Amino acid sequence: MDIQADLIEMIDDLFMEDISDIMDEDLYNAGILDSMGTVELIVAMEEKFGIKVPVSELGRDDWNTGNKIVAGIKGLKNA
Amino acid sequence: MMQGLIQWLQSIPNWQPYGEPKYFAWLLALLIPIVVAMFFGRRLKIYQSLVSLGFIVVMYTGASYHQLFALVAYVIWQTIIVFAYHAYRKNHDTFPVFAGAVFLAILPLIFVKVTPAIDDGNNSLLGFLGISYLTFRSVAMLMEMRDGVLKDIKLSTFLRFMLYMPTISSGPIDRYRRFEEDYDNVPTRAEYLDLLEKSVWYLMLGFFYKYVLAYFFGTILLVPLKAHALAVGGWMNWSTVGVMYAYGFDLFFDFAGYSLFAVAISYLMGIKIPMNFNQPFKSPNIKDFWNRWHISLSFWFRDFVFMRIVFVLVKNKVFKNRNVTSSVAYILNMLIMGFWHGVTWYYISYGLLHGLAIVVNDAWLRKKKKINKERRLAGNPPLPSNKWTTALGIVVTFQFVMISFLLFSGFLDQLWFHNIK
Repeated sequence: MDIQADLIEMIDDLFMEDISDIMDEDLYNAGILDSMGTVELIVAMEEKFGIKVPVSELGRDDWNTGNKIVAGIKGLKNA
Repeated sequence: MMQGLIQWLQSIPNWQPYGEPKYFAWLLALLIPIVVAMFFGRRLKIYQSLVSLGFIVVMYTGASYHQLFALVAYVIWQTIIVFAYHAYRKNHDTFPVFAGAVFLAILPLIFVKVTPAIDDGNNSLLGFLGISYLTFRSVAMLMEMRDGVLKDIKLSTFLRFMLYMPTISSGPIDRYRRFEEDYDNVPTRAEYLDLLEKSVWYLMLGFFYKYVLAYFFGTILLVPLKAHALAVGGWMNWSTVGVMYAYGFDLFFDFAGYSLFAVAISYLMGIKIPMNFNQPFKSPNIKDFWNRWHISLSFWFRDFVFMRIVFVLVKNKVFKNRNVTSSVAYILNMLIMGFWHGVTWYYISYGLLHGLAIVVNDAWLRKKKKINKERRLAGNPPLPSNKWTTALGIVVTFQFVMISFLLFSGFLDQLWFHNIK
């Protein structure tokens, strides 16, 4: 199972944005994620990956790019 | 003994935070040892605590001595709740216990906010200057403990965080984990020099804001404008328009000036508390305004109210349409913020008005995105976005904000319902 591909598809489904070429770009600055989108992404990730992402963990510094979110999901799955 | 203590407290002159030149003179003089020690990479923890406590006590002396007792009782109450929940959360996690802890933590604030509305304008005995800001700090801790991101808390750091002198009366609202990290790590000399430089600049700017500009707008302009507007009376008159702008600028320069003082003093202690304002009157839209106005409060509401409401709504699939979800959450969020300001018709309608404005703003941003997508597909250039459209956005946002501040000021309540001519 490829987490990165799943995440890209998830963001495309939710926000109609393709982030496959901009995995290191700040998703908040790019206007793709906002506080509303963050929560939608959290709920979608919880359902898809069976992890519990704390709302206060998706801070704008730690989880703000595609690659960082992938790393975060892997971290939580192995925890 | 109690009688003696009360008499002693009443006899000490009351000093409001950053209220007068003497306050700054004493504060800056007493901070010198802290600054020197910081320069050599050390934090004078005990000395800093004693100086802080001294300045906290004089906030509540004189005629308002009972506030000091309210503060002490409040801090004991919050300590019990936060540490009891912390102990519970180590091995358990249920919603009712979490909700109960949050409810108990905000209960004193609810009493304080509701009492004037139901008791003829009288203030609750539980109240003290800064109760809201202490409540924001402890509630955020409970939320982060529930989330599992705040695991270790120390009583000494907790008390220092709750009773952090530079921000105790009106913020900016810091977060426990951020505060603890700064407190435990002394900045390097280069970092500290940078903080010192900023601190001096913020103090100067704060003086200019609070003692020049806020004085000009809030005293020289606002007082005669209000008197004239009330003398003319009616539903609306030109002087009331003047009141609107004078009050709006007074509100900003007074609060931004205070916030600059708080940040400056905190930087001297090597604690990088967040900034509260970022040129709010330059906001091109109302969503951006709330990223620039009373930032630490609006971010607190974003993280601990808005996102929690959205989470519950999305998780339980309450609404099919995501735009309905966000609209409901925005309006609830701003309504709660309105209630927090006080249980009066004008604070609540201020909150509602901003909630509705954000919903409209959000709908327009979506519409613009959609139109531009269609135009791109049809080979047309996107809708114009240049300095003129930005200027238009700034003007419209500014006017809307000023109108909302007139509502917030309570002056309309006086003009419409309590104008005794």
